[in-house]
Amino acid sequence: MPGLIDARHRKRLAWAGVVVVAIVLAILPFALAQVGTAWVRITNTAILYVFLALGLNIVVGFAGLLDLGYIAFYAVGAYVYALLASPHFNLHLPFWIILPIGAALACVFGVLLGTPTLKLRGDYLAIVTLGFGEIIRIFLNNLARPVNITNGPQGIAQIDPVRIGDINFATTQQVLGVAVTGPIKYYYLLLLLMIAVVAINVRLQDSRIGRAWEAVREDEVAARAMGINTRNIKLLAFAMGASFGGVAGGMFSAIQGFISPESFGLVESVMVLAMVVLGGMGNVWGVILGAILLSFVPEILRYTVEPAQKAIFGRLLLEPEVIRMLLFGFALVLMMLFRPAGIVPSSVRKRELESRRA
Amino acid sequence: MDTFLQQIINGLTLGSVYAIVALGYTMVYGIIQLINFAHGEVVMIGAMVAYSTIVALSGGTGLPPALVLASGVAAAIPVCMAVGYALERVAYRPLRHAPRLAPLITAIGLSIILQHLALIVWSRNPLPYPQIIATVTYQITATAGGATITNVQIAIIGGSLATMALLLFLVYRTKLGIAMRAVAQNQQVAGLMGIDINRVISLTFVIGAGLAAIAGVMVGSYYGIAHYQMGFILGLKAFSAAVLGGIGNLGGAMLGGLLLGIIEALGAGYVGDLTNLCNLSGWSTALAQRCAVDSNLTLFGSNYQDVFAFLVLIAVLVFRPSGLLGERVSDRA
Repeated sequence: MPGLIDARHRKRLAWAGVVVVAIVLAILPFALAQVGTAWVRITNTAILYVFLALGLNIVVGFAGLLDLGYIAFYAVGAYVYALLASPHFNLHLPFWIILPIGAALACVFGVLLGTPTLKLRGDYLAIVTLGFGEIIRIFLNNLARPVNITNGPQGIAQIDPVRIGDINFATTQQVLGVAVTGPIKYYYLLLLLMIAVVAINVRLQDSRIGRAWEAVREDEVAARAMGINTRNIKLLAFAMGASFGGVAGGMFSAIQGFISPESFGLVESVMVLAMVVLGGMGNVWGVILGAILLSFVPEILRYTVEPAQKAIFGRLLLEPEVIRMLLFGFALVLMMLFRPAGIVPSSVRKRELESRRA
Repeated sequence: MDTFLQQIINGLTLGSVYAIVALGYTMVYGIIQLINFAHGEVVMIGAMVAYSTIVALSGGTGLPPALVLASGVAAAIPVCMAVGYALERVAYRPLRHAPRLAPLITAIGLSIILQHLALIVWSRNPLPYPQIIATVTYQITATAGGATITNVQIAIIGGSLATMALLLFLVYRTKLGIAMRAVAQNQQVAGLMGIDINRVISLTFVIGAGLAAIAGVMVGSYYGIAHYQMGFILGLKAFSAAVLGGIGNLGGAMLGGLLLGIIEALGAGYVGDLTNLCNLSGWSTALAQRCAVDSNLTLFGSNYQDVFAFLVLIAVLVFRPSGLLGERVSDRA
């Protein structure tokens, strides 16, 4: 029976693919460290963006709710970690206690934001979430008096690194004669978390909840008629998206060791949105690709365009930061105009975004 | 009472600028049910172009200051109109029949692009708006040290009232205005009546952008500063004003703008006193002792000014989504 052999063959091929990817991911940090430790850090940041993009994808991609204040949840997670593990309040809780607290608090904020706004659709929701993001930032900037909670614009420094038993993630250790630097240790920790996050997202996509989100996104009235509690299912999307943001924020705090309100502006929200849109709203693999692309391309540009400009014009005409933002802007506009379903479109989303175009 | 009057005057000044920007949002929304996210950026471009013109003309040309300012406005308006036209043509028209998420996302992208193009042209630093017309302060209360109004404030309030009157004339008394209102009601039928829909929509964007240019110059000269990111918060507030008044409704945008300005000014003026924990000194001796040393125990100071617009926005959307003057539209948003 050729069909059976074919199926078995394909299964074996898939396993081979998984093994290859696993090996590449396992040795990647050491290979990158040869180029420079900076690239390991960039990879870690890219993984954080994958978390964020996957979290936002639940809200924007699965449930179709445009959230422009998503970075606020990241900020909540980051500040929870910073406050509970730094000299600021002299608290030093271990990270496996803080991360769930951060995720839970972000989740609460998600519900707080969602409850009054989910009656609204589309444009209004976008603006309100945008305002919410700004409010959180204003509070972080100003909650330094009369009681100093966030330390205002100066931010919080000396945040504890992650520690598991004897392993301190901020220092270099010798393992079997190989020097393992802090960023490399964080890479493996993040990789483990990422596998968990991706697995959750893939499973969510095809679950009962995932299908309910899709139904709400396509036609809310019809979804309600089919017996879906639209309000709860939308709140769930907000809450789940927010808690992913909270976890990512906690890890960001631990890795950076310093946070300030400046890291949580609108620009960051737009960046994460650009990743989701570029990759393909609603498709987990597409979103991962989008996050990785938009994390690495600007860094590569930073290392190529800057020297190139200095060589040609003798001075820096366009700062890398500006190029990065223009790149995000054009990614959003051009994708929507020419390939609205993203690089790797989700099949349903593609049908939806392209069929209605006249 | 003098503080109150002063805050009302400040609020009216700011509010009339919000109103003009809000008109741009509301006109576009009324006609194609789309929030032009990049509208705040058009305001910023207007402020920037006027800045460059004023700086170029005020240096030793010997022109009278009023003429310099007028040429600043005159330069900003066509540039902004061109930007507004380009926005509609490039980013919104191709997506007019796409799902609602699509034009919103392009609009955010455009807003980022415009901001950073402005950064490239005008630098990252806040630009000091040249004070070419000397500020004159008029006393409006009998007592010295009471409420005052400056000539800049009078010019802003008067200028925006004139602009609004002109717009109302355009919409309700001209042929173009009739066409705009027809397209807003029903595009297909308007098309069948021989109205060139694309032209009317383009013109709506262009007129809104012209208003934005005027608002940009006003904001620049009021705060004395122009910055490539100034359009973002301003746009958000103006949008809140449009929603407060009832989006799609011209009178609503004006009312909403003025109200929001006043709410913000009063809020920023009084929130510090109202949330000062020392008000509760009568309830706790420990607090009273603490306040005897330092009577400033405010929970929220005037640096929370920007929060009020959003609180108003959320409150309106929750309790009266159609706004103050808007009619009930179900499921439009």
